Amino acid sequence: MAHNIEFRLNGSTVSESVTANLLLVDLLRDRLRLTGTHVACDTSQCGACVIHVNGRSVKSCSLLAVQVDGCDLTTIEGLARGAELHPLQAAFRDCHGLQCGFCTPGMIMSALDLLQRDSYPDEQQIRQWLEGNICRCTGYHNIVRAIQAAAASMRGDAVVQAMDGD
Amino acid sequence: MYDFDYYRAESIEQARELLAANSEARLLAGGMTLLPAMKMRLAAPPAIVDIGHLQDLKGVCVDGDAVVIGALTTHAEVADSEVLRTVFPALADVAAHIGDAQVRNCGTLGGSLANNDPSADYPAAVLALDAVIRTSHRDIAADEFFTGMFETVLAADEIILSVRFPLPLFAAYVKFPNPASRYAIVGVMVAKHSSGVRVAVTGAGACVFRARDIEALLDQRFDENALQDFAFAADDLNDDMHASAEYRAHLVVVMARRATAAARC
Repeated sequence: MAHNIEFRLNGSTVSESVTANLLLVDLLRDRLRLTGTHVACDTSQCGACVIHVNGRSVKSCSLLAVQVDGCDLTTIEGLARGAELHPLQAAFRDCHGLQCGFCTPGMIMSALDLLQRDSYPDEQQIRQWLEGNICRCTGYHNIVRAIQAAAASMRGDAVVQAMDGD
Repeated sequence: MYDFDYYRAESIEQARELLAANSEARLLAGGMTLLPAMKMRLAAPPAIVDIGHLQDLKGVCVDGDAVVIGALTTHAEVADSEVLRTVFPALADVAAHIGDAQVRNCGTLGGSLANNDPSADYPAAVLALDAVIRTSHRDIAADEFFTGMFETVLAADEIILSVRFPLPLFAAYVKFPNPASRYAIVGVMVAKHSSGVRVAVTGAGACVFRARDIEALLDQRFDENALQDFAFAADDLNDDMHASAEYRAHLVVVMARRATAAARC
């Protein structure tokens, strides 16, 4: 049976007819063609599929599309303003917080949830927060540095922090 | 995923009607266990009844000498609750270490208890804290609630509404997490009540259980060193790729000692 759902996605209203068994990540990727959200483990362990629903980070491989009827969604495609990268995106590039990049959208969406709740997370908090995001390339050091740099940038003290980081 | 029917209940009453009309249906709260299980065909209900959005079942409040938490309160909401951080931080700490941040943003207290995973954290808290589970049918004491691996006394159309946790004198939960899943290989909640000490163990057996020998030792002296020479029997403990039964038996005592040392209200 088809279910008609409507939700906000990156600032726009989306209406779709979906079957109950359609996963949210498959709606985003296969039908809406927002392929920045990735699927890696598909067992809710790796965090590559993290998006925001009503401002909180969730794993879109472990939600049904019908569950987000009436919700407000943000994916990695919703962060940049035109050609201007979000501070987290810029920091991941500047700090070399990625190698293959497959985990990066999920990392950024997860980190954004943290920074929206705590603008001064210390290294241990960042590492604990990233328990649900797996990267197999970087060893996490530069990811943590990128999130620290982004936190500084979003607070408005980017220059000082960047010099300290070097 | 396989095809199934989906019903979005707008009230508890409607959810009960839907469950009654669909005998094999399962309730969907946060879905952090049910949906992965359905994807892997470990569960295959022909219908699910979604109650995850019902606001009436969300929230944390202090009620006399107890804290009452709505069944659909997420782990993140419990962990971040300012009132709980003030009056009962040991319980907020339990929620703060369930799964990972994204699981905590969806998973719920009621869902965790109804599922009764043998390695889940909340069952140990509910059992050690002598909590009372209020359902659509009745109030259930923690000692009566958990009956076996993934089994509880809940009837097919019975819905958890809230859980009442009496404030203990001191309490702490300490777990040895699986580094991949964050589930407890062994987790121990120690709680000292005015009526005595209760110690609940998760992850070690087929179902959460009380460690009566440890309770007796801590009743005599509430001090981690009271367990210094105690050895927990490995009989009937889980033995798998993550840990042997003997190692789990060792961890029960180590976690109980750490929890006793950390116990606070």
